[in-house]
Amino acid sequence: MSQNNATKMVPLPTDVIIPERDLGKQPVLDIRNLGIDFGGLTAVDGFTLTVGKTEIAGLIGPNGAGKTTIFNLLTNVYQPTRGSILLQGIDTKGMTTAQVNRMGIARTFQNIRLFGGMSVIDNVKVGLHNSIKCSALSSILHTPHYYKTEKAARARCLELLDFMGMADMAQYQAGSLPYGAQRRLEIVRALATKPAIILLDEPAAGMNPSETAELMDHIRRIRDEFEIAVMLIEHDMNLVMGVCEGIAVLNYGKIIAKGTPEQICNNPAVIEAYLGKKGAADHASEG
Amino acid sequence: MRLWKSKTSRQNIITLAAVIIVFSAVFFMNQGGMLSSSLSGQLVPICVYIIMALSLNLTVGILGELSLGHAGFMSIGAFSGVLAVTSLGQAIGNPLLLMIAAILIGGVLAAIFGFLIGIPVLRLRGDYLAIVTLAFGEIIKNVLNCLYVTIDPDGLHAAMFSGAKLPGKFIINGPQGATVPEKLSNFGIGFVLVIIVMLIIMNFVHSKEGRAIKAIRDNPIAAESVGLNITSYKMKAFVISAAMAGMAGVLFAMNYSAIEAKKFNFNTSISVLVMVVLGGMGSLRGSIVAAIVLTILPELLRGFDDYRMLIYAIVLILVMILNSNQRFLQFKITLKKKITAMFRKKEAAKK
Repeated sequence: MSQNNATKMVPLPTDVIIPERDLGKQPVLDIRNLGIDFGGLTAVDGFTLTVGKTEIAGLIGPNGAGKTTIFNLLTNVYQPTRGSILLQGIDTKGMTTAQVNRMGIARTFQNIRLFGGMSVIDNVKVGLHNSIKCSALSSILHTPHYYKTEKAARARCLELLDFMGMADMAQYQAGSLPYGAQRRLEIVRALATKPAIILLDEPAAGMNPSETAELMDHIRRIRDEFEIAVMLIEHDMNLVMGVCEGIAVLNYGKIIAKGTPEQICNNPAVIEAYLGKKGAADHASEG
Repeated sequence: MRLWKSKTSRQNIITLAAVIIVFSAVFFMNQGGMLSSSLSGQLVPICVYIIMALSLNLTVGILGELSLGHAGFMSIGAFSGVLAVTSLGQAIGNPLLLMIAAILIGGVLAAIFGFLIGIPVLRLRGDYLAIVTLAFGEIIKNVLNCLYVTIDPDGLHAAMFSGAKLPGKFIINGPQGATVPEKLSNFGIGFVLVIIVMLIIMNFVHSKEGRAIKAIRDNPIAAESVGLNITSYKMKAFVISAAMAGMAGVLFAMNYSAIEAKKFNFNTSISVLVMVVLGGMGSLRGSIVAAIVLTILPELLRGFDDYRMLIYAIVLILVMILNSNQRFLQFKITLKKKITAMFRKKEAAKK
């Protein structure tokens, strides 16, 4: 039946922007026409975005615009109704969340999800899990190989914790850490899985201005030292405009604007989405 | 000495050493005839319930899934152990080797059943998992209740209904249970098995597998997001837990002259669960102490006759209340501090 129907043609995106330094390198994410329906409700539609190999990308939009849904689609928590996600050129369709992580997407959560009963260093060790090469038998017998791998894992964990300035907290219980430290620990844990891109869901929520400034510095260092891409959802515009190189604005599940921070700041559609029609008019008259 | 550096492994070594010291003391007292006959008869069941509590602790405390059918795995171990001993009795003359073979066979069979039951069960969460494991425990009990197995020189013969004309001598005779050819269990074997099970669980919990399992318990969504295959790790813990319950079953069966399937009912599963909860979920030391106390307690209360189970229940309630009482916990902490301070003073005085 479907053979008789005319093939549905979709336009390929032509408005792709990535940082100049990533030209000629395979983009880490190539999202095309992504969409998902929950029952009759279309939560995300026609989401098309390319993220360069070492780009810091921002995803902003009013509450309920579908930003976290995009993260859940990228990590295959939800299976998309339409469209495709190419992670380093490989379609992730049908993979489990765990498989997608092993392929290179790590994430943090809006409502912090740590292994609260475990120590800080053990949280990071769980992130390293798939790179610790030690068989179950070797673990149960505690062979010399087990001690060797554990020692190496411990050293790597301390290195990663030190990167986020948390090495002195290694033995604390993760659940007892202050809020800001818990958010940083989630980032360390995600980095431990050796991702190609790390998704940060509101990393600055609940942080004070000095912590936010520190976080911005950390995000840039993640890009520079690990040479990976970062994609973040954030409501703190200082952070978004400060660190993001490319920004996509989402409203009612659709992209309403894409561009550099300056382009986004001056885009009337974005101002309207955030402030409403009347607010946008006031804004324009003031400007 | 690197073991000594980490706090948890230090605690594990202390637990292990304490168990070895207490068990050796009891072992020699038993050899010297210093224990009452009722207590000496309880020694093997104590070992059995310690292993049961430790293995259920892996599922309930470490993995965080409520399993109500643990006695089912114990019965699989018990019955396959009896079959193994009866059919291998001719081939293996040495009783110790025969017992080791039976324990291994019982453990492996229970592990296989653990795996098969785990496939559907581990996809469920919380209450649902509890109900399905409860059902599986009952199913295993009822299947064993109508299982008839005989032995003759040709080998084993089995049927699933009464009145079947099977050649040879009955090993398992339906509701009448299985006849154990010889009493192979003793405190020595139980002692060694407890130590082995403790070592396996401690090492497992400490390895990357154990960390993964605890991570899944604490937050399955986050665990998946860092690349852990949840079902596979749940399965590993569940199968190891089932295998250990199977081994405990063999040890239990070989302590009696006959065993019946109805011994491994819901009540047994619940009493093992009580040991785990009372000792503290995830605490191996607690499980051991609770298993010992709860196995001996009914015997100690025999003097109270009719009120025995009533007092048993009241003791349980009191311990639970005390354990959740903030003031009592505080008292325990200060007591511990005082004792360590006393030791420190003594050490300082020596110097």
